[in-house]
Amino acid sequence: METGKHVYKETGKLGKQSLSTRLRVYLSSVTLWLLPLTFLVVFFFFPLSRILALTFSPEVITSQNLQVTTHALRFTFYQAFLSTLLTLFLGLPSAYLFARFDFRGKPLLRAITAVPFMLPTVVVAAAFNSLLGPRGLLNTLITNYQLPTFTPSPFALILLAHVFYNTTIVIRIVGAALSNLDPKLEQTARSLGADSLRVWTNVTLPLLRSSILAASLLVFLFDFTSFGVILLLGGSQYATLEVEIYLQAVKLLNLPLAAFLSVIQLLCTLTFSILYSHFITRNSYPLTPRSVTAKPRTLRQKLFVFSLILLLSTFYFLPLASLPARSLLRLEANRGQRAEVQYGFTTDYYTELFINRRGSVFYVPPIRAAFNSLAYASATVVLSLLLGFPAAFALAKSTRLEKILDPLIMLPLGSSAVMLGLGFIIAYGKWLTSPLLVPFAHTLVALPFVIRTLQPAIASIPQRLRDAASTLGASPFEVWKNIDLPILRRAALAAATFAFTVSLGEFGATLLIARPEYPTIPVAIERFLSQPGGLNYGQAMAMATLLMLLTTISILLIEKFRLPNTGDF
Amino acid sequence: MLELRHIYKTYEGKPLLTDISFTVHSGETICLLGASGSGKSTLLRMIAGLETPDSGSILFNGMDLASTPPHLRDFGLVFQDYALFPHLNVNENVAFGLRMRRLPPDEIRERVAKSLKIVNLGEFGERRVTDLSGGEQQRVALARALAIRPRLIMFDEPLGALDRFLREDLLGELRKILHKTQIPAIYVTHDQEEAFTIADRVLILHEGRIFREGTPDDVWANPQSAYVARFLGLGNVLEGRIKEKTKGQRWKVESDAGILHVECGHKHQEGEKVHLLARPFEVRDEANVISGTAADVIFQQDRYKVTFEDGLFVYLDAPPKMGEKLAVRVKVECLA
Repeated sequence: METGKHVYKETGKLGKQSLSTRLRVYLSSVTLWLLPLTFLVVFFFFPLSRILALTFSPEVITSQNLQVTTHALRFTFYQAFLSTLLTLFLGLPSAYLFARFDFRGKPLLRAITAVPFMLPTVVVAAAFNSLLGPRGLLNTLITNYQLPTFTPSPFALILLAHVFYNTTIVIRIVGAALSNLDPKLEQTARSLGADSLRVWTNVTLPLLRSSILAASLLVFLFDFTSFGVILLLGGSQYATLEVEIYLQAVKLLNLPLAAFLSVIQLLCTLTFSILYSHFITRNSYPLTPRSVTAKPRTLRQKLFVFSLILLLSTFYFLPLASLPARSLLRLEANRGQRAEVQYGFTTDYYTELFINRRGSVFYVPPIRAAFNSLAYASATVVLSLLLGFPAAFALAKSTRLEKILDPLIMLPLGSSAVMLGLGFIIAYGKWLTSPLLVPFAHTLVALPFVIRTLQPAIASIPQRLRDAASTLGASPFEVWKNIDLPILRRAALAAATFAFTVSLGEFGATLLIARPEYPTIPVAIERFLSQPGGLNYGQAMAMATLLMLLTTISILLIEKFRLPNTGDF
Repeated sequence: MLELRHIYKTYEGKPLLTDISFTVHSGETICLLGASGSGKSTLLRMIAGLETPDSGSILFNGMDLASTPPHLRDFGLVFQDYALFPHLNVNENVAFGLRMRRLPPDEIRERVAKSLKIVNLGEFGERRVTDLSGGEQQRVALARALAIRPRLIMFDEPLGALDRFLREDLLGELRKILHKTQIPAIYVTHDQEEAFTIADRVLILHEGRIFREGTPDDVWANPQSAYVARFLGLGNVLEGRIKEKTKGQRWKVESDAGILHVECGHKHQEGEKVHLLARPFEVRDEANVISGTAADVIFQQDRYKVTFEDGLFVYLDAPPKMGEKLAVRVKVECLA
């Protein structure tokens, strides 16, 4: 940081020296950026360029390919639109509930609605499968008691899972806008002669409009790029762009079409992201935040609050509870099992994870997937901190160079995981035999989160502390060791846990690049679910329960370490 | 002994410091006095090695410090907002510099205790620095800077954030400590009272230059420029025009406050524009009189500040009536 070099000049030629100090600032910036940028170029921009190159090959534009594309595009928009509408349908009243009313267990209910957002997609998919799927709790119980069968269509399950995932976005964004809304404005409108409907349409809604739009766009974006939920709950007949990319790349080995699809996907998500940031910045009427929550008073309010709490807690509690329950209940015969099935409580699904059976899905005991996941996650933590620290330090300085590079480093967030995986396949196909690629892919996904966690903490350390330390005799390294590091420890822990969680749950990219003999937990769950038999299904549930447990612990740790108020989405 | 030679520094293309040269002798406390933005903090940071001058050199005991990084300079620096390390307690903060010097733990403990005792915080060692009051934090910062037994100690508006009584208290203590330890010190402030209380020598910084340098009583008696007289609030600064030389070194000057007589060693021309300082105290046998209608009277403990309609002011022992016509004999000096 401080080189202490100083050229002595007898006469005062102004400005010369400041040029060289400016050069030095830039040089130190460049050193900090070297590692993260090299990483991005090698593992993001180069693969991206290969995808683009492949897209422009002449054999892409065939009528069959175009048919696949339009079909996928239409279905993607259709399901994302429907999912967003349903999410708003549940999310808007919920936002109102949390912003305006006090009730017992409010923090708990808020936490329960927020947790799924951080859960891996495979866990949510498995949870809905365990409750409502063809082999889920509800259906197997019904058939065992000879009741008329009830199986929701896969499409309905997909929609439900999307609502389950994204309602918290609406609650947070619209809820924040709602609680910033002074009820005196509404009361004033009433006193000026507006009835309650006109208060809503003339005052409340206009003030909430851009936050609702922003929330909708974000939900739409997540639904648009949803992969794990759709693949696991729907299967290949529900081919969104994302699923189609996977199918074309892995099952049909049509890489040019996969590349073409992913470019279309990227264009769409970029458009939505730009629109979103447009609305989120426009979302600022200067409103004074106020705590305006109160206990429900009128009968109508009580009814509203009570029924919504009931609905939310059922909707969020049942899938999360049924997953571990289903992993401990034997409800159907194993594959090829002749003997009579012992229904009821069992720990077999867990113990089976440790056994390497002949004819099982794997060539290794399934629990190896857990070890692989943990190893990948640890490597991801190390890598993403190694790259994230210098990038966050550089970003905290916010010179002009940093302002240009900031969106660049966030770009991997905007491209889907499947696309990242596809890029790896196209650019580094010959190294796919190596398990080393997986942590790099995970790091790509985790890095933006890591940087966004570290950066505000670094910016919060006043430069004067470092100056004070250095006048007291601390060398630049000692300053870093004694001042920056201890103060950043909490943020670093949060960032590490973030990287760990992201890596544990990463599904899209991993599914494309993981070697069959090195499965991760999510990949193993997918394989178990695609196999027949009660044992495979049970093991999928057991694995998903383990993953849910690990992730929940990580989320709790992140919340504990994170500085208060360091940003949402 | 610290010596600055022809220091220049620009900030965002504009000259911030121009040709600054001065010396701090051993055992001496000098004070850099100037309005905010006058570049005094930057000067301190350059001496500490946290910034580099565009040109010029800084020497200590004859050795150029240009290639000495801040952590090897052995200069203590006390910041306005204290810059205490929030993750360390009082003892650990004070011990920081000693740990960096890799002193044996016993000696560290002993010197920390001694430093804390000097600043009257003997019992505070285990406290968290975030739990301390502003004055206590300031003392910890001072103890931390003293503990390393610096070759020079610098204060950057150290009392700026404290209330008046605490400031006077700490200032007195600081004076005693500096006197006892005989560490050469540079004290930066915009408060002239603080500066005159603590300094052996005062340097007034204005527009990037040293405008006036001298002992407090010398600067007080001979401000030598309109800026210094105004900045120190020494009295009424008037613009005037030389009318004629009366006798010897006495001049007759025409000003807004009427015809005034000054005595000075300058060689003035007839018609030359000059600045005059009319001290605001009544002196019975002075020749000069300023007069006007009392427009405002403020009670100030042992006297009354009376402001005339035209903005001139004097201090009187007894309050006049509002609107009363007054004529007060005062001392008038030439500021050149």
